[in-house]
Amino acid sequence: MTDAPRPEDEIVRARQKSGARVTAWVLGAFIVLVFLITIAKMMVNQ
Amino acid sequence: MTSLTATHDLPADWRDLFALTKPRVMTLVVFTGLCGLLAAPGAMNPILAFASVLCIALGAGGAGALNMWYEADLDAQMKRTANRPLPTGRLNRQTALHFAVGLSAASVILMDLAANHLAASILAFSIFFYAVVYTVWLKRRTPQNIVIGGAAGAFPPLIGWVAATGELALLPVLLFLLIFLWTPPHFWALSLFVRSDYAAAGVPMLPVVAGPRVTRRQIALYSLPMAAAAIAPWPLGLTGAIYGVTAAALSAFFVFLSFAVMANTATEPAGMRPEKRLFAFSIVYLFVLFGALVLDRYISAFTFG
Repeated sequence: MTDAPRPEDEIVRARQKSGARVTAWVLGAFIVLVFLITIAKMMVNQ
Repeated sequence: MTSLTATHDLPADWRDLFALTKPRVMTLVVFTGLCGLLAAPGAMNPILAFASVLCIALGAGGAGALNMWYEADLDAQMKRTANRPLPTGRLNRQTALHFAVGLSAASVILMDLAANHLAASILAFSIFFYAVVYTVWLKRRTPQNIVIGGAAGAFPPLIGWVAATGELALLPVLLFLLIFLWTPPHFWALSLFVRSDYAAAGVPMLPVVAGPRVTRRQIALYSLPMAAAAIAPWPLGLTGAIYGVTAAALSAFFVFLSFAVMANTATEPAGMRPEKRLFAFSIVYLFVLFGALVLDRYISAFTFG
């Protein structure tokens, strides 16, 4: 028999999920930005 | 939700982290930084320009978060700030500190990568100035906190300009001076009508220490050199008439509102209409002035090639 999930656990899980999603987006954007900066710098220095 | 947060160590909500960056203050910082960048001579690669402005925003956010981390105890005592994520316990202090330091470091590293060493160094210094010189050393110690600390908010147009050109010039220094001299009247007008808040928290703002009469006189006095700094680029030939006329008209109105504040004798917030009007106008003033600066630069470039 399993215990019903407590409302606190659900809130924690929802926060973790939303935090992970935001972190993934931010890291992805950071990588894309560094890539674009590198390309732009190469173009400027040509 | 707050009671849950108080009893369980919940993971941070991204909205609370975002609130740590003082998004409303950041709007003005980003705008003046962007205008500094756009007013600079030459054309910057749009990706590098976007990255530089983003770095100014991240740096301002990091500095704001460091400020909120350090001042959580103070914020809890003031009505205006008691609902922030740290005083309410929605966010733990360690997460806030990690976020603030991470954001500040990322902004400086990225600025160095996207623009140049000088822009990154000024950005790093401005974060240090706001988080340490203003927040830690000055704010709780001297009624001149805003006067010296105002320099922190004055850096963005300088950073924007240096990011675009790689060097300093007279115009961005005058823009720095303008925001530096604008900050005391702006904050003192606010602190006059929230004086009891600052007094309760023990922050030695000028109205708390020296009283409303001295503060009002100081507001009027500061508005004069501020107006001179705002108008100066025009006679010095650094801008055209579009900026010059806008700066002269808006600064004259700013001085008028400041003297209306000096003439006011009310001691209760209900009677402080001139102070509220000056505070609201001071924000519009900077937005319009910097907008005019960019408009002037592009119209001049378009007209005279």
